[in-house]
Amino acid sequence: MAKIELKNIVKKYGDGFPAVNDVSLDIADGEFMILVGPSGCGKSTLLRMVVGLEDITSGDVLIDGKRVNDLAPRDRHLSMVFQNYALYPHLTVFENIAFPLRLAKGEHSEEEIREKVNTASAMLELDEHLERKPANLSGGQRQRVAMGRAIVRAADGFLFDEPLSNLDAKLRGQMRTDIARMQRRLGTTTIYVTHDQTEAMTLGDRVAVLKKGLLQQCASPRELYEQPVNLFVAGFIGSPPMNFLPAKVEGSTLKLPFCDVTVTGDLAEKVKGKDILIVGVRPEYFKDESLDGSKGVDFTATVDVTEWLGNEQYAYIPFEADPAVKAKLDDLDRELDGEGIRTQMVVNLDARSRIKEGEEARLTFDPAFMHVFDPESGDCLTRDDAKAAAIAEESEVDRKSALERAKVREAAKSS
Amino acid sequence: MTAVESNQSKKNMTWLAIVSIPIMAYTLIPILWIMSLSVKSSATLADGKFIPAEVSWDNYKLILTGDAHSLFIPALVNSLVVCLVATLISVVLAMFAAYAIARLEFPGKKLILTTALAVSIFPVISLVTPLYNLWRAVGLFDTQIGLIIPYLSLTLPLSIWIMSAFFKQIPWEMEQAAQVDGATSWQAFRKVIVPLASPGVFTTAIITFFTAWNDFVFAISLTSERARTVPAALAFFTGASQFEQPTGAIAAAAVIVTVPVVILVLVFQRRIVSGLTSGAVKG
Repeated sequence: MAKIELKNIVKKYGDGFPAVNDVSLDIADGEFMILVGPSGCGKSTLLRMVVGLEDITSGDVLIDGKRVNDLAPRDRHLSMVFQNYALYPHLTVFENIAFPLRLAKGEHSEEEIREKVNTASAMLELDEHLERKPANLSGGQRQRVAMGRAIVRAADGFLFDEPLSNLDAKLRGQMRTDIARMQRRLGTTTIYVTHDQTEAMTLGDRVAVLKKGLLQQCASPRELYEQPVNLFVAGFIGSPPMNFLPAKVEGSTLKLPFCDVTVTGDLAEKVKGKDILIVGVRPEYFKDESLDGSKGVDFTATVDVTEWLGNEQYAYIPFEADPAVKAKLDDLDRELDGEGIRTQMVVNLDARSRIKEGEEARLTFDPAFMHVFDPESGDCLTRDDAKAAAIAEESEVDRKSALERAKVREAAKSS
Repeated sequence: MTAVESNQSKKNMTWLAIVSIPIMAYTLIPILWIMSLSVKSSATLADGKFIPAEVSWDNYKLILTGDAHSLFIPALVNSLVVCLVATLISVVLAMFAAYAIARLEFPGKKLILTTALAVSIFPVISLVTPLYNLWRAVGLFDTQIGLIIPYLSLTLPLSIWIMSAFFKQIPWEMEQAAQVDGATSWQAFRKVIVPLASPGVFTTAIITFFTAWNDFVFAISLTSERARTVPAALAFFTGASQFEQPTGAIAAAAVIVTVPVVILVLVFQRRIVSGLTSGAVKG
């Protein structure tokens, strides 16, 4: 149980390339912090620097206020679950989980060890596999053994390095909830690295989005979704991803490919003097006008492809992008690990909508849910700092009460 | 370790069996012949029959308790001592060297490996005369240590190569996991790496042992009566008269000398189970 602080962490390799570039994070005691980003963004490197498997070029890692840069991994009292589990193949599951306890010679009696291992295996439903060897287990079981080995020691912090990326989709969903439940129960500070934004959104108290070694934004999932700080975060979080439409500025009107939107107030000030902007609207904010009426801005567009999923419906609407913005959008797509596909808008419609392929559809959206980005810097011009702060406070309160609830449940169980 | 591929047709298997038989025969017949020679009495020695007409244990009696025993038994003891000690030292040293080579980056790493290779290719016979002179000067001539040291130089290069190949196969994450779990480097090495590298260790031990066991050149040149090992001792066997070759005695000695090696290989063969690390990491 400890708070972990990362202050201005830099990692440079021999050729001077900064894999991690001045990242600072404060992780509260008991918080579940997620590090997310596309491949090569430095999240695994950051994790390994926290645990001590990589040297820190500059900056400090503090665990409970104590600087641990020069401590070996064994002295930092952290546990780690590796991406490919790293189980000891010559030991049974019981011995694998007992390994950390046995290393601290003399500290635990045989009885204690047995008890602790059994508690961990009960929590992870491994009781019937205790005498088997890792080679005979399935992927999910091995993963749970790796987790058992991490939790048996009551370490100060848990570190997960993409633990679910080797599992199939269904198992991943199950294990996700298992991990979340376990973390609440134990109340241990956790840092979790993933490239999957769904895991990031569902598991984390706070999510740190990284790109090419730089921290983009560190906030609760809700704040990242509703108040992204820049183009990258907006495009990374959310599935299907946010639609980015080029907008020409004329006075206080933004000319989008399908419609014009008039802007007022602070936003009007910010767009003055700009030529082209990128407008982002999430797929679910577009509505079928014929169902629930206008939400503010109405337009018609030809739908190319529809996908009806039963509970929702996706419509794909291609559009022509201004060449000036197209290059920028292509770059963004590549950064987000995409393949630079054609410019098209994804619209998440109500399943009741009867819009058909090839038809001219009447769509509407509320301009209040529109994000405006500066294509040069990528900054979000519509970010409301006050709202963001309010969301942050709320999330913190939620987190603390969840931990309290879990503590009360544990106490009730053991009494 | 892997089960026979069930999709390999019966035809393939029988064809394989048919081809293996001449190969096995080619390998085994000389050994069986020597065994049959060793149980022949001196009269029937040259009768050219593969299966002896009568089994006589005279040859064994001769070398173990009879006239030749003062030559053979000490030689056997010397061989055992020298080879076991050389194997032990070689394996331990090679283990540490191989770990460093497989895991660490240090200047001169390539140099060490190439030197090791060069040393093992070097013809042993050219070393023997200068070594004889040196050993006589230093007082190591005709001692067990005087043999152990050249055997180390014979076996270390190969041991280092084999073991570093095995260490490279062990994923580094294993040690990292052990370090995070609280192990010192030494504990991680002892509890995680060594068990996983045991196929390599036993392979190295076997190869080292019978390289030393079968060596003739060093044995004959660097020893006199006290530290003589079996291959050299066999050269000094004499027959009943100056016209009679001690073939029977030599055959019996050969059988006795081969037996420990065969047992060792059979025992350790089960330990060399590759794929020990399968299942530790995904995939």
